[in-house]
Parts: sequence; structure tokens; C-alpha cells
Amino acid sequence: MQLKLALPKGRLQQPTGALLRESGLEIDGYDEQSRSYRPACPNWPDLTMKVFNERDIPIQVAVGNYDLGVCGQDWAEELLSRYPRSALVKVKPLPYGGRDLCLVADASSPMATLGELATGPGRVRIATEYPNLAESLCLNRRMRRFSIIPVWGAAEAYPPESADVALIPREDDAPVDPSLSSLATVLRSSAFLVAHRASWESRDMAPLLERLYATIGRTQPAAPQVRAAPAARATDPSSRAQRDPAAVWLALPDGHQQTPVAEFLEQAGIRLTPRPQEARRPSINLDGVRTKIVRPQDMPLQVANGNFDLAITGEDWVAEHLCRFPSSPVKKVLRLGLGKVKIVAVVSKRLPFENTQDLRSPLRRHGFAILRIASEYVNIADRFARDNHLTPYRLLPTWGASEAFLPEDADVLIENTQTGRTIAQHNLKIIDTLFESSACLVTGESATNGSELKRKRIDEVIDLLRRSAHQN
Amino acid sequence: MEALRCKGSRDLLPDDMARFRHVEQVFRSSCLSWGYDELRTSTLEYLHLFTSTGTLTPGMLSKVYSFLDWNGWSGERVVLRPDGTIPAARLYVENLVQSGMAKLFYVENMFRFEETGQESRERWQCGAELLGSAEPSADVELVLLALEVMARLGLTDVRLQLSHAGLIRALLRESGLVPAEQSRLFDLIMDGQTGDALAGMMAAKPLMKESLATLFDLRGTTPGFLRNQRLALAQISPRLEPSMDNFITIAQLLTDLGCGYQINLSSGKGFEYYTGILFQFQVGEQRVGGGGRYDDLIPLMSGGDACASGFALDMDQLVRLAAGSPTVTPGVLIHSLDQTVQGQKLSFETAALLRQRGYIADCRPADAEGPAHRWILTIRSQGGKPRFLLSDRTSGKTAELDSAAEILGILQIANATKASPS
Repeated sequence: MQLKLALPKGRLQQPTGALLRESGLEIDGYDEQSRSYRPACPNWPDLTMKVFNERDIPIQVAVGNYDLGVCGQDWAEELLSRYPRSALVKVKPLPYGGRDLCLVADASSPMATLGELATGPGRVRIATEYPNLAESLCLNRRMRRFSIIPVWGAAEAYPPESADVALIPREDDAPVDPSLSSLATVLRSSAFLVAHRASWESRDMAPLLERLYATIGRTQPAAPQVRAAPAARATDPSSRAQRDPAAVWLALPDGHQQTPVAEFLEQAGIRLTPRPQEARRPSINLDGVRTKIVRPQDMPLQVANGNFDLAITGEDWVAEHLCRFPSSPVKKVLRLGLGKVKIVAVVSKRLPFENTQDLRSPLRRHGFAILRIASEYVNIADRFARDNHLTPYRLLPTWGASEAFLPEDADVLIENTQTGRTIAQHNLKIIDTLFESSACLVTGESATNGSELKRKRIDEVIDLLRRSAHQN
Repeated sequence: MEALRCKGSRDLLPDDMARFRHVEQVFRSSCLSWGYDELRTSTLEYLHLFTSTGTLTPGMLSKVYSFLDWNGWSGERVVLRPDGTIPAARLYVENLVQSGMAKLFYVENMFRFEETGQESRERWQCGAELLGSAEPSADVELVLLALEVMARLGLTDVRLQLSHAGLIRALLRESGLVPAEQSRLFDLIMDGQTGDALAGMMAAKPLMKESLATLFDLRGTTPGFLRNQRLALAQISPRLEPSMDNFITIAQLLTDLGCGYQINLSSGKGFEYYTGILFQFQVGEQRVGGGGRYDDLIPLMSGGDACASGFALDMDQLVRLAAGSPTVTPGVLIHSLDQTVQGQKLSFETAALLRQRGYIADCRPADAEGPAHRWILTIRSQGGKPRFLLSDRTSGKTAELDSAAEILGILQIANATKASPS
């Protein structure tokens, strides 16, 4: 019997591969070096596997694209807290991938408990990668007024300036950063075997499950790794302690953009000095300027909310933000000319589509009841579909490894690419270029907040970066 | 054919709308005659209006449609209105609180997710709110108004059930449970799970077991029943008396006005914001509406110490159950056989004249299907002069006429005598 299994990449990839192999499955192409998203199992040819970001797996299993999946319980609960009736069955916890979700505040915050947070006056701002769980928590704790700030990552960097608390994952009982205090552990999770409800009710998956269960039974849960607690916070004044209404907050990107941007700043005469105790808050050689390193995807929203005055992000993420919030106060002030990518529409080479026009009327002729459009840029993809009258269509938000979705689980992908090589390697083709994107500097319309000093500081940063941009 | 309508949504077809408007008209005219003013609140409201303790239960909140607006970058969520009372109270606080008492009514749609997709996720309610009065007579007025609406709609076998949120809250306080657990059990009762809540209370305070069983299991139909219960509850705590006295006062007034009811504390299904009397209306086994007193809601919105009470009736149930149909204006289907400009002009002029006289005048091509109007008027040209053929579908009789005046004459006679043209 054919079975479809969704496997995670990232932190759960190695132990999941080990579990499958210890269960007697010969798995090829499921290791961190592999560029394929389709591992094979020569001694179980009826088993079809595909690799996804673990966050996508509960959704893929719930919609029935896969019979079984392995993901963190946190992501299963994130789906179920919003859609409790979705067709996702939590089958069995797996003895690895321990992760707690903790609600944390800045260590200097007067809030010490979840109860104090819930009953406090004013609006509570919660930064998190888990917006559904955070909202559910707020509703169940009867918080009157709250804002959930969904972020792609680095939620721990947001309190206290940009959020009151953060709901963050903590791996294997790792100690919480000493700059943060934990108010509550909201969920203790591990890796989990999940199933599509209809598959669970109607298909005989016992031969595979027996092997897995036998292996799990032999495996003791991994002892929590004992990690050295981070040293106590240094005594030198951090950026948190100083309250300067004219201070300029500059957001810098993490991930693969971090090094090129640091080099770009260096070229402009701006030097960042790491702070050992506050990895996401390097010091900067500009008076009155504070920095924070966060995900570029999250910056436009943070600038719109006034949490940053300036941010170096990608034009793609600015466009994504403006598609969602057309009247946002975020504006681009400078194109930096680095990190150039194209945002493209991609389909499988097997499909008879050569351009966007082809996606319109022939849709039904080629047997597509609904055009499934996958993308990390869900709002750009929505706009693309609307502007091109691709009706009917359905959006599939993804969290990475997006090429894996085509052609079985999506028909079109809106993706960024530098050279197009990765797209071609996955047997895909580009049918449209939506726009070109590079790193850019953005600000908010009311960033100066009426302060002449702040305006001067912002202008100084822009001038420095403009000079450097001209050299690129 | 592929379903194009959204799952969980429902259309109202012309016949449905005719019945809907009939119920709406009866409700509106009843409320207006009792001195209530109509309002219509925004379909979109901020989520935080519904989230604090004393508004909607977490069970209800899990079914609201909430989302970020197009300018929702701050994370502030908005909802499609899930309830009529809270927006009405918000409107009162923002606009009318200075004027003291306000009697308001509304006919509005509410949105709540319904899992099976079998029932509509958009429900219409007609409701009335009496804001700024703490008097038991205000509660009684609302009950009588709701009963009058249902009587005018021809509903028979309407049953009124009474409960009291204030009494239930006072009992929970006496149970010794921590406030959070009291709130949880109250929410269970408001969500219709009285048995579970009762078990929790009895487990917390076994000494209350008999009194609680008597109170929740027995059904009374007179204030005397409540007086008997008051004696039993006095054993638990004198702090229960204010709520019980209020309950008795309302029950006595209803009895004196000849209004029958059943006292059933287990019938307290409703909203978390209720603080006093609760009333439910049933037709047969079907719940058609309910309401109650909510004295804490307006203070919660910083609207001062304004007490309030209200009810809402389920329009969908009323439309289904209402006897009779709305009064139908006589209709004339006009077919013009003369397709010249002159002929079309005559058709429009004749229709306009009929409408001026209060008739429905429905112009359609001669070969088009149309609604079953009683009268059919065929217009043709003969020797450059208009000729009218008026047919009565009821009797099958027809009359050849020369002028619009003759048409009106026949219609008026038929209306007056219910006769058809000879």
C-alpha cells in the first residue's frame, strides 16, 4: 500500500533519519547535505517521502497531502489551536526534539508572573513565531487587550522595547537568556508523529508503525542536555537601560544577509562591535544610535509600529508588507544594491505553462480545479493572483524549502532567486519575473516623532549609507 | 454544479426575504410602539471589546471571526460582530450615556463559526436593550415586549423560562472556590453545561449539595417556589438574599401581569456578561431567544454605573415559525406587445400610474416568466390607439379596455369586493 510520509528538515532531520534507519528503512537522500527534497527508500518502494520545513508538515498532513508526518508538537499545536477541527491526529510523541515554549519578559520588567501580565493595565504586546498559540493563551487567560506580533524568528530580541513579552522556543531545557525572565512554560513538546485523520481511519499503516514503535520502545528519551548557563549580564550599560527619546533604533538583518550588510556598513565607516551578553544588540560607533539584529522579514512591520526608526531589509519584504498593509507608514529611503534577487513565478517543467497568461483561461482545460500557489511571500502571491485574474486560486503559505511543494502539493511557486540554478535543479522553470529586489533602508513616516535631534541623527545615518550605496 | 456559495453561509431567496421582512416589520413596529429607538452598529468591532472577563466566554471567543484589518500592522485585531448587546452597549457609552436611560432596538446579523457547516455562520437577531435602569420593571418590560412580538407573529406555545445569573454567581462565591474557578464554572453554565458546573460546586462544598440539587433540579411556576427556595438557601448564606429578592420581585410582577413562566435555574444558558435575571423563550423544544440583565458591562467599558438589560430573538427561528405571511400588495404583470418607442413609453406610463395608486407594476417581455401576480395587463396598439387586455389569474376572466382609468376602476372594485372583472 502506498504511503506518503512528510519528513522535517532542520533540527529534527538527523534524529528522524536515525529513527527511520533504526527501524530498518534504508533511506537515501535524507541528510543535511542532500539537495533533494525527495528521499527514497529502496527496501520499501511504496513509501513516498518528501522533506519540508517542520512548520509546514502539520498543514500538509492535515490537508491530506501526506498520510503521516514528523514535526515538533509545538507546530502541531500551533495549527490545532486555531483550527481544532483540522484533520490532524497526534499519533505518538517521539523521544527527541524536546522543546518548551516559554513566555518571557525582559529581566528588568516588573512583571514576574503570567497572572500579573493578564491583569495588568493597557495593551499587552506579544512577539512570537507562534501567533495562534499566543492568541489562544491570551483569550484563555482573559487578557482584555493584546496585540500579537507575529515574527519569523528572534522573538527573544523584542522585549522590552518592541514587545512586553515574547513566546519563544527553548530547546532541551536550555537556560533562558539571563537578560530575560520566564513568566511561564506554556507548552512542553517533543518531536511528534502525526497523521491525516482520514488516512488513520481508513488505511492500514500498521506495518510501518510497528517498526517505528518498536524502535521508539527501545529508545530512551534523550536526557536533557546540560548546557552552561550564559554568564550573568555584563555590568557595562546595555542599550536597554538607557532611555533616550531621541535615540535612533536601527534594525539589522540576521541570516545570510548579516555578513554582507556588516561589510556594507564598514564601507560606510559604521562599525558594529558585538556585545557578548547581547548577541542581537551590537554596539555601533554612531552617537545616539542603537541597533538590534532581527529577521529582515519582520522589519517593515516593526518600522510601521515605530519600534525601529531605520531598518535594513529587502525590497521583497517591504513589498510583502505593503501588499498586506497598503497604507502603512513604511517608506523606502535608499536602495543599497546588495543582496540582489528576483521574485519570480515558477512552475514545474512538466506543465504546459510558459507565462502568466497561460495560467488564466486554460486552467480548467488542463485539469486544475483550483490553482494552488505556494509562497513565503503570501501577500505578494495573493496580489499576483488577483492582478492576473488567476481564478480560482488557493494560497499555501510556506516556511522554506518551497521548491519541494511543486508539482505534487502546489502548482505555482512565488519565490526569490539569484541565479535560477536552484529552481532548474528541482526541475522547475520560471514563467514570470514579478520584480527585482535588493537590500534597502526603510523608515517610518513619523520616525522623528517631532524631535529635531532625532531627525538629524536619522539623516546622518542615511547620508553615510547613501555614500556607501553609490560605491556599489 | 460546483458549489459557489461559501460553506456555512446562507442565501435568503425572495420568498425568504418576504417572510424575513414581515418578522422584521412586526418587531420594529412593536419596539417603536413601546418607545424604543432603532440603531445599527458597525459590522466590524475591535476584538478587545469582547475579550475581557464579563463579556464573552472563551468557548464563544474561539468561534469569532477575527483578523487584522488592512491597517492592522499594530496587531490590533477586529472581529465580525459576534453579538448584538456588546456593540449596543459600546454605542451607548460613546454616544448616549449622558442622556441617562435609553431604549434601543436592532435587527442585525451576527457572525460565529459553526463547525459542521450545516448551520449558517451568519445569524440574524432582533434585539432590544434597555440601558440606564436597574429596576426590575425594566426586565419585566423587556419580557413583555418579546412576548408581544411573538404573539403578533402568531407563535403559540411560547414558553418563558427564568433563571438568575446574580444568584448563580452568589452561589459560586459561597462555594469557596478561587475566583478563576468560579468564573470557569459560571462559563460552563452559560455555555449550557450546568451539570458539570453543579458537580464542581458540590465537590467544592458538600454542605451545599442538597440546597443546590433542590435549586437546580426543581422547576417552579410561582414566586412562592422562590420564597421556599430562599428559606433553604438562607442556610447557606444570607449573602444570597439580594439576588433572591430581585428574582422574587420580578417573578411576582410577571405573575401579577398574568404572564406564565417556569423557574429553571439550569436554563441559564447565555453570555458571561449577565449579572441578574435571565430569561429564555422557547417554542416547543426550540429556543427562539433570550436575554437578561448585564449591570457590569457598561462600567467595564468605562461608561459609568449604568445598569442595563436586554433580549435578542433569533430571526431565523421566528421566520421559520411565524404564522401567516406578510400582506401582499396587489401586483400587475405588464406585457407590452408594441415594441416601438411609443409602445414602450405607454407601457412605462401605465406602470407609473399603477404604482402611484399603490399597485406593484412589473413590466416584462411577453414571453418572460414572472412572479405569480394576480393581474396580467397586455398592452397593444390597434390602429394607432392603445388597447389594454386585463386578465385576472384568480378567476380566469379578462376585460378589453381603452384607458388606464378603466384599468384602475376594475382593480379598485376588485380590491374592494374581492371580485373579478366580468
